[in-house]
Amino acid sequence: MCGWMGKILRVNLTNGEISKEDLSPEAAKNFVGGRGLGAKYLFDEVNPKVDALSPENKLLMVTGPLTGTAAPSGSRYMVVTKSPLTGAIANSNSGGFFPAELKFAGYDLIIFEGKAKKPVYLWIENDKTELRDAEAIWGKDTYTTQDRIKAETDENAKVACIGPAGENLVRFACIINDAGRAAGRSGVGAVMGSKNLKAVAVRGTKGVTIANKEKFANAAKTFIENFRKHKADWQDPFTYEGTIGIAIVAMNVVGVLPTRNCQTGVFEGIDKISGSLFNTTFSRRKNRPGVACFSCPLGCGRVGKFFDPEFAYEGDGPEYESTGAFGSACGVDNLAAVAKAAYICNEMGMDTITMGMTIACAMELFEKGYLPEKDVGMKLNFGNAKAMVELVQKTACKEGFGNILAEGSYRLAEKYKHPELSMSVKKQEFAMYDPRGLKGLGLSYATVSRGACHIRAEVHDLSVWGLYWFKILKDRGITKPLDPLAWKDQPWAAKEIQDWFCIIDSSGMCNFNIISSDYPEENVLAMIEAATGITCFGNYEGMMKTGERIFNLERLFNLRAGFTAKDDTLPPRMLKEPMPEGPAKGHVVELDKMLPEYYKLRGWDEHGVPTPEKLTELGLVQERRK
Amino acid sequence: MSRILFVDLEKCTGCRACELACSMKHHGEYNPAKSRITVFSFAPTASFIPIFCMQCEEAWCRNICPAGAIAKEERDGFKIVKVSEGKCVGCKICMLACPFGDMGFVSEKQKVQKCDLCEGEPACVDACFYGALQFKEAEIANIPKKKAAAGRLSESYKEVEV
Repeated sequence: MCGWMGKILRVNLTNGEISKEDLSPEAAKNFVGGRGLGAKYLFDEVNPKVDALSPENKLLMVTGPLTGTAAPSGSRYMVVTKSPLTGAIANSNSGGFFPAELKFAGYDLIIFEGKAKKPVYLWIENDKTELRDAEAIWGKDTYTTQDRIKAETDENAKVACIGPAGENLVRFACIINDAGRAAGRSGVGAVMGSKNLKAVAVRGTKGVTIANKEKFANAAKTFIENFRKHKADWQDPFTYEGTIGIAIVAMNVVGVLPTRNCQTGVFEGIDKISGSLFNTTFSRRKNRPGVACFSCPLGCGRVGKFFDPEFAYEGDGPEYESTGAFGSACGVDNLAAVAKAAYICNEMGMDTITMGMTIACAMELFEKGYLPEKDVGMKLNFGNAKAMVELVQKTACKEGFGNILAEGSYRLAEKYKHPELSMSVKKQEFAMYDPRGLKGLGLSYATVSRGACHIRAEVHDLSVWGLYWFKILKDRGITKPLDPLAWKDQPWAAKEIQDWFCIIDSSGMCNFNIISSDYPEENVLAMIEAATGITCFGNYEGMMKTGERIFNLERLFNLRAGFTAKDDTLPPRMLKEPMPEGPAKGHVVELDKMLPEYYKLRGWDEHGVPTPEKLTELGLVQERRK
Repeated sequence: MSRILFVDLEKCTGCRACELACSMKHHGEYNPAKSRITVFSFAPTASFIPIFCMQCEEAWCRNICPAGAIAKEERDGFKIVKVSEGKCVGCKICMLACPFGDMGFVSEKQKVQKCDLCEGEPACVDACFYGALQFKEAEIANIPKKKAAAGRLSESYKEVEV
């Protein structure tokens, strides 16, 4: 096989057996890699009704055909499993260097099954694979774990691991690789912890081969040329200031920056958590471009050094989502505290978005008098930076009130009888975009398979960034950004972007790169087909059909897990409480108007179930019967 | 004037696109293990440093080679230390001699390999997104660095102005 390595590594943790299998060429052709291929193998092998933290659940680490190639940002892998946070399918993406190294060792994906009797880690050195004792590193933070495993194996090995939060089954624990890169959301780290699997270390010296080198090189080159067109207005701001750089101020201007648990979309303390403050005062790289993942021309990574005696640290971060979650969402206007909270999440291996939004929810419960001070052990008003940082650490270790925070905001709010104060969908918290000012994203939050999420379908890109270099807009003759406050154009936009992002998430490339290049669709298609030498799609329509196939397969998994149309909703605040100020003032999300139209466009019935005709059209006949 | 491969360390993001370009050009596959250039990252200073053959004038690899397989060769506007694959006996002593670790080995051929500046069109330079890697005249290679130092001096000068 070209593009793909053609091999699966299957690791049975219960009996310690490791076997190698051929990658199914048909599955590869129809589901590409990453998110799609992961969904296919998970759907075929795991009963959607199993307890996510039981040995019956499986954990898949899946690369794409472009991972480890010169496709710009061909650095990604997807962790696919059933989520302990949502109960739905989880797919968490990360870059860095681990995913490419996995390909260089000769594997497209690893499937972990069962549960080890005691802590282990998997060491892969090309064809040699071995489960090693991890008892000595159990309990160690993610940075120490990576260093220790490299010392035990190979200093050039790449490591993906969990921290104490994953071991303690915090429902939103993540998997960290290459210092501070994270497969962040939906609690994939807790699944790893439930299997007693501390880490995966890999060293590979094989090559990824390309079927049609000239076609591949040309497509990659065109992609980069189209990317360079936006050097001044897009690429440079992100590489020199990171995602925290322009995003946090921009979202505040648009009036959608979740503030004090989404009570408003405008944060008065914005200047104290902004990217320019970070870069002038705390950045370790100052005027140098950022830190890149493998093969990435954008380099959005930050490294900071914070001197504040109370919140001092030196290391990764912060980025946009973490800054919003611990900053505006918690009403904290101290960048050092925000960055420190995010850094502890990295050390302990937790999702910064869910952690921040869970504390934000607790703060609102506290201020409204629903959460007694004695339960928390301290006052928990919005803006209490010290309490916030302390609670992050306590959550990872499940100490005191941390025990309750470790369940995520929905279960917290439910326990205190006010589930409506959890800003979540399917129990997964919002990313840093209040959907009342971005209605298409609201629809997408409600319908994306893993719950509220900005990155499995960036519908907001069509509006807020002024980006209109999407083929789906061009094809409709639209030359201006979509109005984010008008719901009318959002159902089709959400559907199309969701399908398109299924392809991006399956390719092995990073969506941040893909949204940065003019009309990338054709070049992404060409790169995948040139790399593999297989006509996976044939044309643009075929590619979008594959995206739709992946999206519908995830839907089938969730329906079988017990989800219904009732779960395709938003918190009442988004539907009933108008945004109090800013450009989105007076707006709610008209989900009741958008959802039926969206279902119709999807070929789903009024219960949100894909019709037999739609599944047949997508080639999901067997899956329909299952 | 002679052109050399040079790196502006301030611009390297550690993306390793150079390794991919090198391995594709010389081995027809994406494989950092076969690349002649390698990027190392140093977390404490958040810095990235690519290491590649410096094309030494008095090359240790050439001096030690018992088979006379390595020669300093003149091209149009640049010089390279070149391995003649036909003459290389695969003894690998040059790998020990090179003070920078820039002699590589190709198992399939049982021969050593090293950077030959792609005979004047280095693929790594072409692939470098931020222009950290440069193929430029040796005499003026360091001018930007000098200017940056001058800039810092200028800043401090302003501070002491009375």
